[in-house]
Amino acid sequence: MLDAKIPAGQLDDKWTDYKGHCKLVNPANKRKLEVIVIGTGLAGASAAASLGEMGYKVKAFCFQDSPRRAHSIAAQGGINAAKNYQNDGDSVFRLFYDTIKGGDYRARESNVHRLSEVSANIIDQCVAQGVPFAREYGGLLSNRSFGGTQVQRTFYAAGQTGQQLLIGAYQALERQVALGNVKMYNRHEMLDVVVIDGKTQGIIARDLVSGNLERHFGNAVLLCTGGYGNVFYLSTNAMGSNVTAIWKAHKKGAAFGNPCFTQIHPTCIPVSGDHQSKLTLMSESLRNDGRIWVPKNVGETRKAIDIPEIERDYYLERRYPAFGNLVPRDVASRAAKERCDAGFGVGTSKQAVYLDFADAILRYGKIEVGKEGRENVSEEEIIVLGKEVIKEKYGNLFDMYEKITGENPYELPMRIYPAVHYTMGGLWVDYELQTTVKGLYCLGEANFSDHGANRLGASALMQGLADGYFVIPYTLGNYLADEIYNKPVSIDHPAFIEAENEVAKRINTLMNVKGSQSVESLHKRLGKIMWDKCGMARNAEGLKQAIEEIKELRKEFWNDVKIPGTINEFNPELDKANRVADFMELGELMCIDALERNESCGGHFREEYQTPEGEALRDDGNYMYVSAWKLKSESNWELHKEELKYDVIKPTQRNYK
Amino acid sequence: MEHYNMNLTLKIWRQKNKNDKGGFQSFQVKNISSEMSFLEMLDVLNEQLINDNQDPIAFDHDCREGICGMCSLYINGKPHGEWKGNTTCQLHMRAFKDGETVTIEPWRAKAFPVIKDLIVDRSPLDRIIQAGGYISVNTGNAVDGNSLPINKDDADASFAAAMCIGCGACVAACKNSSAMLFLSAKVAHLALLPQGAPERHSRVMNMVAQMDKEGFGACTNTGACEATCPKEISISNIARLNLEYLSASIVAEK
Ligand code: SF4
Ligand code: FES
Repeated sequence: MLDAKIPAGQLDDKWTDYKGHCKLVNPANKRKLEVIVIGTGLAGASAAASLGEMGYKVKAFCFQDSPRRAHSIAAQGGINAAKNYQNDGDSVFRLFYDTIKGGDYRARESNVHRLSEVSANIIDQCVAQGVPFAREYGGLLSNRSFGGTQVQRTFYAAGQTGQQLLIGAYQALERQVALGNVKMYNRHEMLDVVVIDGKTQGIIARDLVSGNLERHFGNAVLLCTGGYGNVFYLSTNAMGSNVTAIWKAHKKGAAFGNPCFTQIHPTCIPVSGDHQSKLTLMSESLRNDGRIWVPKNVGETRKAIDIPEIERDYYLERRYPAFGNLVPRDVASRAAKERCDAGFGVGTSKQAVYLDFADAILRYGKIEVGKEGRENVSEEEIIVLGKEVIKEKYGNLFDMYEKITGENPYELPMRIYPAVHYTMGGLWVDYELQTTVKGLYCLGEANFSDHGANRLGASALMQGLADGYFVIPYTLGNYLADEIYNKPVSIDHPAFIEAENEVAKRINTLMNVKGSQSVESLHKRLGKIMWDKCGMARNAEGLKQAIEEIKELRKEFWNDVKIPGTINEFNPELDKANRVADFMELGELMCIDALERNESCGGHFREEYQTPEGEALRDDGNYMYVSAWKLKSESNWELHKEELKYDVIKPTQRNYK
Repeated sequence: MEHYNMNLTLKIWRQKNKNDKGGFQSFQVKNISSEMSFLEMLDVLNEQLINDNQDPIAFDHDCREGICGMCSLYINGKPHGEWKGNTTCQLHMRAFKDGETVTIEPWRAKAFPVIKDLIVDRSPLDRIIQAGGYISVNTGNAVDGNSLPINKDDADASFAAAMCIGCGACVAACKNSSAMLFLSAKVAHLALLPQGAPERHSRVMNMVAQMDKEGFGACTNTGACEATCPKEISISNIARLNLEYLSASIVAEK
C-alpha cells in the first residue's frame, strides 16, 4: 500500500537515473503553475527561492514577522558535506554509511545516499551566495569533526552556521520576491490543506494580524515547517515552532512516519526552575574539547574545582574508549541520564553533569607557548593563552552560557543536561518527498526520511538544504508536468468554502470554551507527561498510562481552556491555543508509536529492550520498518509498514566502544 | 551566583492596534526569580493577566536564544535593555533589583508602526534586503567552494558583519531613526567577499534608495546604534558603506 517509489538500479546510480528520466515542465508552462511553500527555514526558503528562479509562481508563508526568523537560524555547529577537503578518507559512501549507522538502521538507503551525493553541491551553492564559512589562512574552507564521526567533514561559521546558511537562503528568497516570482506572506499560519478528489489544491491560512482566514490555490503544496519537539513543552525549539501544518495534513490523509523518534540532545543548559519557557543548546562542537564527568561519590557536595582528578568519573571515556566524548547524541544523552538517575548528578537540581574545558585550556595554552618557542612559562600564563584559544573557538557559546546561568565557564565547568532538540519522525514521504496525498510534499525536519532513529550532528542543515535546493526542483516537476492540463481550481470551489468553514468552526469552538486554565498551563502538563513517559526512556506501562492521561488532558483542554481577546484581532494566545490543540493529539500518536515498537533503536529507548551493558537492543527481525500511521477517526490510527531493505549496508549493532 | 526574588513595578506601553493612540499602564509582579529571563518575567505577568480576565501584553519573540532577531523591547530607555551586546530574550532578571520600576516600550520609529502593544512592523528591513542585499546566483550555478580562496581576514570581517540579526535595535536607538547600521552590515558582508563584487555598485545604490523611501532618517554618526547592537556590529561598516556609495556614485556619473 505504501509505495516509496524508489528508482530501480544500483544505489549510486538511482538519483542520476531519476534526474535523467523525470518529467520536465517547459518554461512557458512553469509560469502558469502555482506552488505554495509553508515555512521559510532552510528547507522552505531554499525551495521557494529555487522554484521561483525556475519560473514557477510561488507563494511562501511564515508565522514570524520575517522569513529570516525561522528556527533553522539557531543551528550552531555546522553542516556536513562529503568533500574530503581534509584528505582524511571521507567520501559520499562514508557519509551515507555514517548516516545510516548513526540512524540505527531505520532510514531508507536510497534517500540517504542521495543526501550524501548532493551534500557537496550545497557547500558550493552557499559559498556562491556569499555565506561566510570559516576559512584557513590559505584562504580555503575550514572543517571540523562533529559528534559521531571520525572524519572532519563539517563546514561551519563559528557557532552560527544555521544563521549564515539561513541568511543565504533568505537573501535568495528575497531576491525572488523582488523579481516578483515569489509572494511572501509574513505573520500567516496555515490551518488546513484543501484536497479535492484526492489531490492537493491549496490551503486555508490565517492572517495573524487581522485574524482573517484566507483561501489560496496551489497546484502543489510544500510543507517545510520543521520539527514538533515543542510537544514536550520544554525543548530547544523556538517558542512558535509547532506541528500544526503537518498535523492538518495528517488529518487530511497524509501518513505520519515514526512519530516517536525524538532526538534528545546531550549538551543543553539545565532547567533552572518552574518558570523555564525553553531550553538552550550548547553546541555539540564543545564535545570536541570539553570532557564530560560526574563525581565518583553519590551526594558529592564539593565544588567542581575542589574535586580531585581521581574522584571524577569521565563516564563517556570510560564506557566508550574509541569515541569517548564524541559518541552520538542518543548514546551521550542516555549515559548522562543513567549517571543522574544513579545519584551522581551535579548542581542544585542534581539533573546535570559537568562539561569541563580545563584540560583543553592547558593543552591549547601549551601549544601556543610552543609556537612562540618559549620555555619556563608559568602555568597561569599558559592558562591565559589557552583561554584565548578557547574564546576564539567557542566565544559566543561561552558568552551565551554566562548570560543564562550567571556563571563563568572559563573558570568553572559548564553544567549540562539532555533536552529535546529534534524530531526524526514526521510526515511519511516517498523518494520524491511526496506524502501519501497527491501534490502534497514535505521537506526538511518536517518529514521522516533521512535520519532513521537518530540524527547525526550537522546533518539537519544538510538535509533541509538538500531537499530545498537540489531534490524538490526535480521531483516536483515530475508531478507538475501533468498538472499543466488542469485548470486552476477557483477558491470559490465548495471544497475551499467547506475547509474554511471547518477552520472557522474550530477557532470559534476554542474561543467559546471560556474556561479557567491558560493555554500555557495546559501545554506544560502535556509536556510533563511526554517527558516523563515518552522521553529519553520509555516502557510499555508508562506509555499506556500516558495515552490515557493525554486523552483526559485533551478533554480538559477543550472543556476548560481560557483564551482572552477576540478572533478578529492580533491574538497570540489564540495562535498558541491552535497549536497546542494539535500537540494534544500528536502526543497520543507518539505514545502509540513508541508502544508499538517493541525494541530500542537510536533515540527510541524502551527499557525492556537493552543489552546487559545498557545499550539499545534492536530487533531487526521484527521491526525493520518505518511505521506510517494513518488517521481513521479520533484516537484511532491504522499502521502501515514500509519494510526497509538494506541492499548495500549490512546492519550490525552500533558499536562506539 | 546568589539567587534572589524580587517585586517589580512594570510600566508598559499598551496600544490596541495601529490606529489606537496608546498609553502606559502599570502592573505589579511579585516573587520574580533572578534566574528568570526577562521574557519569562513577562510570561508570568501574562499568566496573571489571563487569570484576571485582562488582555495579555503582546510582544514579539521566537527563538529566545538571541539569534532570530524577533524580540524587540525598549527597556528603561534602551533597546534590548541594559546589558551590552545582548538581546531582550537573553536579558536575565539578575539585572534588576527588588522594588525597581521597569519601563517597557516598543521600538519607536516612523518606519516601524506599532501593530499591537510592544509589537512593531519591521517589514521595511526585508524590503531593504529585496532592493539588493544578495548575490544574484541561481541554484545549481556554483563552482567548487575551494576554487575561490578568500583571505581569512576578509572572510572573518565579512562574517562579523553578517552576524546582524535584523532586529532593528539600531533604528530604535538612533535619534534620527536611521537604518544605516543594519544596511551597512549587509553591504559590508557582501562587499568584503569576491562573490559580491559584480553587483557592488548597484547593490549599495538600490539599498540606500530603498532605505530613504521607507522613511528612515539620515545618519549623523552619533554611534548610538553600535552601542546598542546586540551583535556588536561595528560602526566602521557605515564608513565602508559610505565609501562603497561614493565609488558607486562616481561610476554612475561616468
Ligand atoms: S545592526 Fe545590530 S541592532 Fe541593527 S538590526 Fe543588525 S543586529 Fe540589530
Ligand atoms: S527571541 Fe530570538 S533573538 Fe530574542
